[in-house]
Amino acid sequence: MDALLLSRWQFAITTIYHFLFVPLTLGLTIWMALLETCYVRTQRPHWKEPCRQLVKFFGTLFLINFSMGVVTGIVQEFHFGMNWSEYSRFMGDIFGAPLALEALTAFFLESTFLGIWMFGWDKLSPKIHCLCAWLIAIGSNLSAFWILVANSFMQHPVGYVLQNGRAEMNDFLALVTNPYVVGEYSHALFSGITTAGVLVLVVAGWKYVHDKESKAVFQQVLTAGAIYLAVGVLGVMGSGHMHTQYMAEANPMKLASMEALWENANPAPFAVMAVIDQEHNQNACEIKIPFLFSLMLYNKPEGEVKGINTVNAEMVAKYGNGDYRPDVFGLFWSFRIMVGCGGAILLIAFAVGALSHLNRLDKYPCLLKLLPLTLPLPFLANTAGWFIAEGGRQPWIVVGLQKTADAVSPNLTGMEVFLTMAGFTLLYLLLIIAALYVAVRYIKNTSIPQNTHEGRDA
Amino acid sequence: MMDYQMIWFILITVLFTGFFFLEGFDYGVGMLAPFVSKREEDRGLILRTIGPVWDGNEVWMITAGGALFAAFPHVYATMFSTFYLALFLMLVALILRGVAFELRTKEKCPCWQKTWDAAIFIGSIVPAFLWGVAVTDLAAGLPIGANMVYQGNFLDLLNLYSILGGLVFVLVFAYHGAAFLQLRLMDKGLLYRVQALGKCAGVCGAIAYVFYLLLTWENTDLLNRPAALGLFIATAVFFLTSLYRFAKAPGKGSFILGALAVASVTIGFFTGMFPRLMVSSLNPDWSLTITNASSTEYTLSIMTVAALVLVPIVLVYQIWTYYIFRKRVTAGDVSHY
Ligand code: HDD
Ligand code: HEM
Ligand code: HEM
Repeated sequence: MDALLLSRWQFAITTIYHFLFVPLTLGLTIWMALLETCYVRTQRPHWKEPCRQLVKFFGTLFLINFSMGVVTGIVQEFHFGMNWSEYSRFMGDIFGAPLALEALTAFFLESTFLGIWMFGWDKLSPKIHCLCAWLIAIGSNLSAFWILVANSFMQHPVGYVLQNGRAEMNDFLALVTNPYVVGEYSHALFSGITTAGVLVLVVAGWKYVHDKESKAVFQQVLTAGAIYLAVGVLGVMGSGHMHTQYMAEANPMKLASMEALWENANPAPFAVMAVIDQEHNQNACEIKIPFLFSLMLYNKPEGEVKGINTVNAEMVAKYGNGDYRPDVFGLFWSFRIMVGCGGAILLIAFAVGALSHLNRLDKYPCLLKLLPLTLPLPFLANTAGWFIAEGGRQPWIVVGLQKTADAVSPNLTGMEVFLTMAGFTLLYLLLIIAALYVAVRYIKNTSIPQNTHEGRDA
Repeated sequence: MMDYQMIWFILITVLFTGFFFLEGFDYGVGMLAPFVSKREEDRGLILRTIGPVWDGNEVWMITAGGALFAAFPHVYATMFSTFYLALFLMLVALILRGVAFELRTKEKCPCWQKTWDAAIFIGSIVPAFLWGVAVTDLAAGLPIGANMVYQGNFLDLLNLYSILGGLVFVLVFAYHGAAFLQLRLMDKGLLYRVQALGKCAGVCGAIAYVFYLLLTWENTDLLNRPAALGLFIATAVFFLTSLYRFAKAPGKGSFILGALAVASVTIGFFTGMFPRLMVSSLNPDWSLTITNASSTEYTLSIMTVAALVLVPIVLVYQIWTYYIFRKRVTAGDVSHY
């Protein structure tokens, strides 16, 4: 067994696990902070208590998710040294800094104030408690920022020189202001809001249908959640669009592979579907909409887009013989899955928001009954998105500087990596099942009635 | 350049000291919980003492790791790939522990709670033991080649000396946890049991520490440096005084003295290692030191500014947390969340 291949699988599996929970943390912390602000500021006394209970309700769901996010995150942090030690040597001078800053600025903030928030309900004034909620939201989103600074460097290296046999940082500011960060960070932030928004709608829809006592409260949640979700999904589309345009300059290979565009084209068409034949550098068959890809990239129906074959030839000239094409099939379809999920989520947000606002929810009961089925959509989109980002830079681990194959720890045997990979995969699977079980039961057993002062906490 | 490397050696020492001090009693509480009481409510009380703080404490370890990566990337790379399987075990333990704190209260069935309590126990004792093994191995030297790559295998990490090191960590942390619980619990019966267990762990820990020092003398050169020797002896003095007070009347004094023991042994270790961070047993020149393993002066200078600004801020709000939760834990606190 090959330690490199297994290490790649292991990294992919554990990051995907991690990123099931991360976007929920990013989006739910903001959602909770907003809710708690409502609780503190609302002037309508009959809303005070339901609002407080909603904060606790989503807070409990968040805490279950957060604990999974933390334990999958620690593994990520150790991975670079454990499996990718040559990467850590070569890039450590640059890459370690954002990671350490993430811990210093974000993890401490997030975890410390979460401890206070969790156990401090009757030890702090409501305003200070609400402030803690905001600090948690800031902490988690700051952590996303730093890790994406690190990741953006791998996609688009800036602020470095090659010397002493490694990449050395010579401009920290360039690292932080890497234009790649703007696209990645905004996209990840909004994808977090989207993921949390879908969860909120699904949970609220379920309570609305199945729990008479809580119906009134959760109708309000449905309206607010739909707005929150719409903001998220419009943001994710806008930032994704912007990032794709930037990709033409930052990483033309990834862009062309996302579109399975083999030869240069002007104007470039958009392929709705394609049967990809990577071996022969072509699509066996495809359905195209003329002009559309150029239009998406340049906001006008013309403009040259480089094809995979051209970029590959350029890279061969620059870096020497080799195959610089990523997995085109995976990228092409991942992109369509991600964008498709985005479109579906947008429809859901509008439908639920409009019906709930117009008080028509009960007219279309099947809509709410089907809502839980949409829960996987944002998770699918997130995973597909990361596959594009990470799979699209193969065979490089840092584009143009180091190949993934040169990054793996030389002292590992395939057996060792296999053991740890199997171990993490199984353990996470078991824990996810336990967490889901607990979360579902909690949702079922907790009611939030309106207009009472004593709510039942199960 | 040398100055920045020195600063970072000191900062790494500070981070590990903070980590062992804070996670030390955290792990200790997790280890003791099942022995203090069989009753579920009591365990809830015990775990509640670290409930609000354990995650913040764990971030000290994450930060220590991140700081190693940023300041001494070769150490991060060599150390983490060397301890590959040991770290895997530690991660499994930490994963179980982290989830268990959240899930154990979510279901009333006794076997559910027992399972997660076991997870907390394992999640506390395994990392404590493995850190002891790792620290001992670092000092004793590992077969590290000229290219900074580890040449041995998993079993080379385990020997009498390193296992004793693991044992010392477990016992000392258990004692440290008992001293912490004395400040946080209210119930007389529990306090009494914690004291009995703490005494036992403390006495065993003290004996193990003496043997550990002897083996350290034989297997490493750490004690050749007078400052390090002084700190290791100071550790013994702090620890015994702490233990004496703990046996008579446990309170702030015994906890602080115990904490000083943990701090001085950590600082003593780094003092003895200086300027090395990992010792090669194959050739002293192949050891990883603050000069051959560090980041560039530019990176270190930026990270220095960041650390000097941020670490004090973190300390302020973490101390605030302990201030908020300074009252002893009662049954009312547990039912509340
Ligand atoms: C876009 C956001 C994002 C991305 C790409 C990553 N993470 Fe993450 N991470 C977070 C956003 C986040 C978070 C939102 O801050 C988490 C998730 C849930 C949580 O508890 O905090 C977190 C938790 C978390 C923790 C636990 C922190 C604690 O104990 O409080 C560690 C050590 C890491 N992560 C490390 C990593 C590494 C090394 C990554 C690179 C592969 C990584 N994360 C990808
Ligand atoms: C949490 C979100 C992330 C997800 C879901 C994710 C996903 C993936 C996937 C699917 C792969 C496998 C690609 C392949 O082998 O074809 C991978 C590889 C990798 N990614 Fe990420 N990634 C994430 C974040 C990051 C970040 C933030 C970094 C760096 C800071 C990073 C660094 C790497 C490295 C080092 C590899 C291993 C080398 C490789 O096989 O490509 N990833 N990731
Ligand atoms: C019209 C819609 C969208 C477009 C044009 C778009 C575009 C992109 C592009 C170009 C990337 C690759 C980034 C890179 O390689 O650096 C990406 C990544 C990603 N996408 Fe999307 N996306 C869209 C919708 C969505 C939706 C709906 C979600 C989830 C709810 C999502 C989640 C992600 C994630 C998590 C990543 C990887 C992380 C990142 O680069 O920020 N995307 N997207």
